[in-house]
Amino acid sequence: MPLIENGRIGEDAWSFIPDGEPVPNDRPVIISFERWQAERDSFEGRNARLGVRLKSGTLAGAIAADLDRFSLVALEFPKFRDGRGFSTARELRERYGYTGEIRAVGHVIPDQYLFLVRTGFTSVEAPEGTNPDSWANALTEVTIAFQPSLDDTAPLSLLRRKLKVG
Amino acid sequence: MNHIAPGARAGIYHYDEIDRQFVAERVEQFRKQVERRLSGELTEEEFKPVRLMNGLYLQLHAYMVRIAVPYGVMSATQLRKLAEIGRKYDRGYGHFTTRQNLQYNWIKLEDTPAILHELAEVDMHALQTSGNCVRNVTTDPFVGAAKDEVVDGRVYAEILRQWTTMHPEFTYLPRKFKIAISGAESDRAAVRIHDVGLLARRNDKGEAGFSFYVGGGLGRSPFVGKLVREWVAEEDFVAYLEAILRVYNQYGRRDNIYKARIKILVHELGLEKFTQEVEEEFARLRGPKYRLDPEIVEGVRQHFAPPPLEELPDHSEALERAKASDPAFANWLEVNVAEHKAPGYAIATVSLKPAGGIPGDATCDQMDLVADLAERHSFGELRVTHVQNLVLAHVKKDELYDLWKRLDAAGLGSANAGLIGDIIACPGLDYCALANARAIPLAQAISARFADPVRQRTIGELGIKISGCINACGHHHVGAIGILGVDKKGTEYYQITVGGDPTLTTEIGDILGPAVTETEAVDAIEAIVDVYLANRTGEGERFIDTLRRVGHAPFKERIYAAD
Repeated sequence: MPLIENGRIGEDAWSFIPDGEPVPNDRPVIISFERWQAERDSFEGRNARLGVRLKSGTLAGAIAADLDRFSLVALEFPKFRDGRGFSTARELRERYGYTGEIRAVGHVIPDQYLFLVRTGFTSVEAPEGTNPDSWANALTEVTIAFQPSLDDTAPLSLLRRKLKVG
Repeated sequence: MNHIAPGARAGIYHYDEIDRQFVAERVEQFRKQVERRLSGELTEEEFKPVRLMNGLYLQLHAYMVRIAVPYGVMSATQLRKLAEIGRKYDRGYGHFTTRQNLQYNWIKLEDTPAILHELAEVDMHALQTSGNCVRNVTTDPFVGAAKDEVVDGRVYAEILRQWTTMHPEFTYLPRKFKIAISGAESDRAAVRIHDVGLLARRNDKGEAGFSFYVGGGLGRSPFVGKLVREWVAEEDFVAYLEAILRVYNQYGRRDNIYKARIKILVHELGLEKFTQEVEEEFARLRGPKYRLDPEIVEGVRQHFAPPPLEELPDHSEALERAKASDPAFANWLEVNVAEHKAPGYAIATVSLKPAGGIPGDATCDQMDLVADLAERHSFGELRVTHVQNLVLAHVKKDELYDLWKRLDAAGLGSANAGLIGDIIACPGLDYCALANARAIPLAQAISARFADPVRQRTIGELGIKISGCINACGHHHVGAIGILGVDKKGTEYYQITVGGDPTLTTEIGDILGPAVTETEAVDAIEAIVDVYLANRTGEGERFIDTLRRVGHAPFKERIYAAD
């Protein structure tokens, strides 16, 4: 599936390994949160990068203690209308200080891309056949925001600023 | 685009170039979204929330577009534009809603980009008037003018308008989210039936702060908002709301649309646990990033500087003369005019509830007239109330008679604010795809039955609220008399509740007995009124107080005796 990063289709170095299938040791893989819970000891001493995939009902707190083990956290959107991932990403960044990749997977539409970026996501797994222009456009079509974004450290200023993303 | 500047003295938030650019970008964004839907890139399921977030609904017979009137305050220029749009794209009228907005019920989809473009000319839009986001924040329609005002709610409503606009984290909430602010001693904003209700207050030092009520709401499961925190300082205003919304976004139910509002979360978690979650989040969020800087508050406040009121004696000889010579005007004065904080001025409610009329509807000619009158008498601004009337907030007492004569000549002079003729009704089955029964014809029949202004005044304060289905857009749960339309095997029936109260002493009404037909409903209302009049002590006892004192029995007996 196409990976969207910085408004463009990018290379995906990661692959998701479904539960029950053997986990390769020589390349970056994403496993489910459930597998991580059940088999965490088996990943001791692993050198290749590891990512974890959270269902939308699994909130940031559930993985907080283990975040240093993961280079990537994938947050699932079962339906694009299920907006829990926006809070989970923000919690991962702001509350738990996570600095690795946060990826949106599942059902996400380009119209949400700006919100994803502003809440701390770094990449999106888009459906096959997606229109790359819509993703690129999503970062630039609205240039004004009224709240602090994740990377803003300044106070609310006049509640409003020109966005720098895109 | 040619921007038409609103009157400089109107107490509205005046857009600057950045605000305008934002709205223009959103109009363009929506145009592209429509194209992507038409090309099939967006599915209907994906397009729906996008369309709703831009105020566009599909009703029974046509599209409806709902225009945002932030906290119900607008300029005469804006109202005139709404009239123009109604003439051009609708059927010559518009409908004011309980969210203090305006909606057009007969819109063609292909006209919507043009409508949005025209709205942008007067700094208006339809953003976030629908969808699972934070909706238009409402406040007291007497804001900035009421004698009992402690804090100007517009300032904080505007801060929230900005903060909730395209909020990246809270635009795909479990369900819609409604906030109301009241900054006066009397609650005219029904704060405790909102997802978040805010009472703005002042402490001993004169500093502004807020009591937060959370989890109120009507619909299928009505709840009265619970006090989550007595005092949130102004600087924590945004942080505390951010904390509430984050808890809701994470824990609110998404498995069942009827259980997705925050009221259900508060109910299921319990107040203590919910409060604990919010407080934890708040403790962490609190800090420079979310601190509401007093300079920002001051900057916003300047938009709402008081109009240049003259120093006048409180007593108006002209008013007294008019009152003595014209009993109909004297009646309107008693019923529809409230005290202003400045001597010599008054607050006038323009009733959109003529006898036999459709609550909240105004023709485009009437809108033009009110715009003219707002310019002539009230510094070019007006307000929409959540009971679907309009308000001119700064009228000289000397000019009230002139104002009323012009209103009355246009069918806008009804003296029934807060009385039995001041009915709230949702659009019901005449328009709405969700409704089980019509609400409008019943409202018309009741207001025709009680058309006599003297009789209305004799009855006194009595709110009737009608919803065409359990979603309760007509607020029937908090009507002193509430009416809920239900469908019984294809026939419209109406269930009557009594004892609802939308003010700070919020009460959800109780069902009086089995549902009745439309004709029976009008008779039943009259019977309730008769029982009340027969039982009340003196002139002063309100319906709601008589009901509390004598209970349901005498009312039930009269209505259902024949069964």
